[in-house]
Amino acid sequence: MSANNLTAVTGKKTKSYAAQKRTALIASYVFLTVLSIIWVIPIIWVVLTAFRAEPGQFSSTFFPHPYTWVEGDIQYTATYTLDNFKELFTPREGFDFAKMWLNTFIVATISCIISTFFAVATSYVMSRLRFKLRKTFMNIALVMGMFPGFMSMIAIYFILKSIGIHQTLLALVLVYSGSAGLGFYVCKGFFDTVPKALDEAAMIDGANKAQVFFQIILPMSKPIIVYQALNAFMGPWMDFIFAKFLMGTNYDTYTVAVGLYAMLERERIYTYFRQFAAGSVLVAVPIMVLFMSLQRYYVEGVTGGAVKG
Amino acid sequence: MFQKKDESEIKIEDSFATKLSFVIMGFANLAHKQFAKGIGFLAIEIGFIVFMIMGGATNLVNLITLGTVETHDEVIPGKILPVRVFGDNSMLFLLYGVLTCMVIAAFVMVWRANVKSARQVQKLEMQGKPIPSFLDDAKLYLDEKFHITMLFLPITGILAFTVLPLLYMICIAFTNYDREHQVPGNLFHWIGLGNFGNILIGDERMSRTFFGTLVWTIIWAFFATFTNYFAGIIVALIINQKDVKFKKLWRAVLVLTIAMPQFISLLVMRCFFSNYGVVNRTLINMGIIKNIDGAIPFFEDPTLAKITVIFVNMWIGIPHTMLMSSGILMNIPQDLYEAATVDGANKVQMFFKITLPQIIFTTTPYLIQTFIGNINNFNLIYLLTGGGPVNANYYSAGDTDLLVTWLFKLTSDNRDYSLASTIGILIFIISATFSLLTYTNTKSYKEEDAFQ
Repeated sequence: MSANNLTAVTGKKTKSYAAQKRTALIASYVFLTVLSIIWVIPIIWVVLTAFRAEPGQFSSTFFPHPYTWVEGDIQYTATYTLDNFKELFTPREGFDFAKMWLNTFIVATISCIISTFFAVATSYVMSRLRFKLRKTFMNIALVMGMFPGFMSMIAIYFILKSIGIHQTLLALVLVYSGSAGLGFYVCKGFFDTVPKALDEAAMIDGANKAQVFFQIILPMSKPIIVYQALNAFMGPWMDFIFAKFLMGTNYDTYTVAVGLYAMLERERIYTYFRQFAAGSVLVAVPIMVLFMSLQRYYVEGVTGGAVKG
Repeated sequence: MFQKKDESEIKIEDSFATKLSFVIMGFANLAHKQFAKGIGFLAIEIGFIVFMIMGGATNLVNLITLGTVETHDEVIPGKILPVRVFGDNSMLFLLYGVLTCMVIAAFVMVWRANVKSARQVQKLEMQGKPIPSFLDDAKLYLDEKFHITMLFLPITGILAFTVLPLLYMICIAFTNYDREHQVPGNLFHWIGLGNFGNILIGDERMSRTFFGTLVWTIIWAFFATFTNYFAGIIVALIINQKDVKFKKLWRAVLVLTIAMPQFISLLVMRCFFSNYGVVNRTLINMGIIKNIDGAIPFFEDPTLAKITVIFVNMWIGIPHTMLMSSGILMNIPQDLYEAATVDGANKVQMFFKITLPQIIFTTTPYLIQTFIGNINNFNLIYLLTGGGPVNANYYSAGDTDLLVTWLFKLTSDNRDYSLASTIGILIFIISATFSLLTYTNTKSYKEEDAFQ
């Protein structure tokens, strides 16, 4: 492997080579263990909170301790409980987590399909086809990407309002996928590496450009398509600012991000904090499973994109 | 965007039918029996004219005035109480005006296509070649003009959800659409560069906020980018050492946090570091600080808050750079190292002469993108500190507010839309200058086209 170097430097020169190497290795393990603990602690804490019996935002210790409460005439004592999940799925004060979850899932699925198509189509065209305004389009896209996205948020709100579809899920789908064509850089980097000879061979055999795309290039672009789709699917689960801005107080169309954020507002945080943690677990687990199972493609996308810009 | 003229095109004098196509679109196509195409052009022209008469022309006038009638109470003879008369809505006037300009631009493009098409059929006829049928034309869209087919929907999306809103907001920056001029009750007007003047020099409090926030934004972007970058590389190097076992496990632990939705991890971090949060509680339990009054003010103290956000950002960002640089490290050819060993290079030299240059070379575009991304890193600051602690010397901004979060606060809390748009434009100018200076100098930009 490439890099024993860093740790090798940390060893003392007076020691023998083997001892030096061992010290370096031990140091590496200690470092990695500490690092892993730092990275895992917040995650463990959310999970613990999700099952915590003690109410309120803050527990006085990292691990929850037994909590005693009275219900009717019976006294209960518990450290962990499933009640937080039960309450999460009991709609009240307009919070209906099951509905929010479903909303997000619908929006994520549809906008994933649309924006993957937009991004793949645009990047293929920019990479493979040559036409008059190609460079112009790419430069304009670059320039438009430099305006902060939030600047246009208010305008998008007014536009959607004027056609009467703000506060609907359709509006969210449009907002998440509408401009997907601008995000072609990573994907274009991938297409740039696919040998042009493939296209030429197919063209000689009488294929037109559409056939080349659909029958030759698309089937072999699975990694980048999965990468795009994964990113697009995860977007609606993570974004909360656009959703909040568009939905306002229409609880029926809240996505999980907006709902969970609302649970942490000052007047609600005491009651809802454990439900927030439970909800976070229910959002994070499917995303994590999805992400871990498709990680290979994600890495290819990230590295490919980084190399090509 | 000027097209090069074909030599043959210059020689041909426009025929009568072609000339008439300048006015009656699609005429030449109809004359040559290209009915579908001709009717299409004609329908677009008629549609456009109807649109302009029905409201397009008024929209343009309104775009200039932005409304003249304010909402007011009017005494109508015969009625005792004055009647409220609703005035013009400047916001909608501006929106429709911008939209009309886009329609006109689109029409001009169709008109040019029409003229081109007319000249084309004329040329084919003179050369005695067959005039393509509708089907022939349609087939072109799967071949020579495939890019148009593919780009049609994506570009429509971009026009509707990026270009139109952006043009609209850029226009807003040149008006006085602020909290004193809220529609529909009031009108707002064009005021030229007034907002820029206010922010940069005119209004002392605002310019203090702007420059203070700007300096912090740049400091933040610098540290956020480079701490993650180098720390990520170092972690990747340590994991990728030959002797280290369980490589997949170490990597998986870090990747777990990428998969965790960011807003959740950020909100969790916010609870973690708050005065009553886990970190302070644990410190109390361990006896390091006495009680809650002595809690470390991670988010309350201006300087400490800044340091905290940078560290939390490392927690978020290191896994990303680790993944990426792992990928790059594995792709560095081994024979480079073997050759270096033969030449007697030691590991430190190899790191600085082979590994590091390779990583930096391949990741320069990524670095620039990340830097720009961090200038606009809304989520992290907004979810973590909300811009706080509040700075009394600033105009509705806090110490950790970036320009973007300040922009957002101006829109959502203050309704100072014109100021927010002005800041948006200033952010754009900063990012654009930075990118132009760096990005266009990178190899991957210059040689974008090279592989073919």
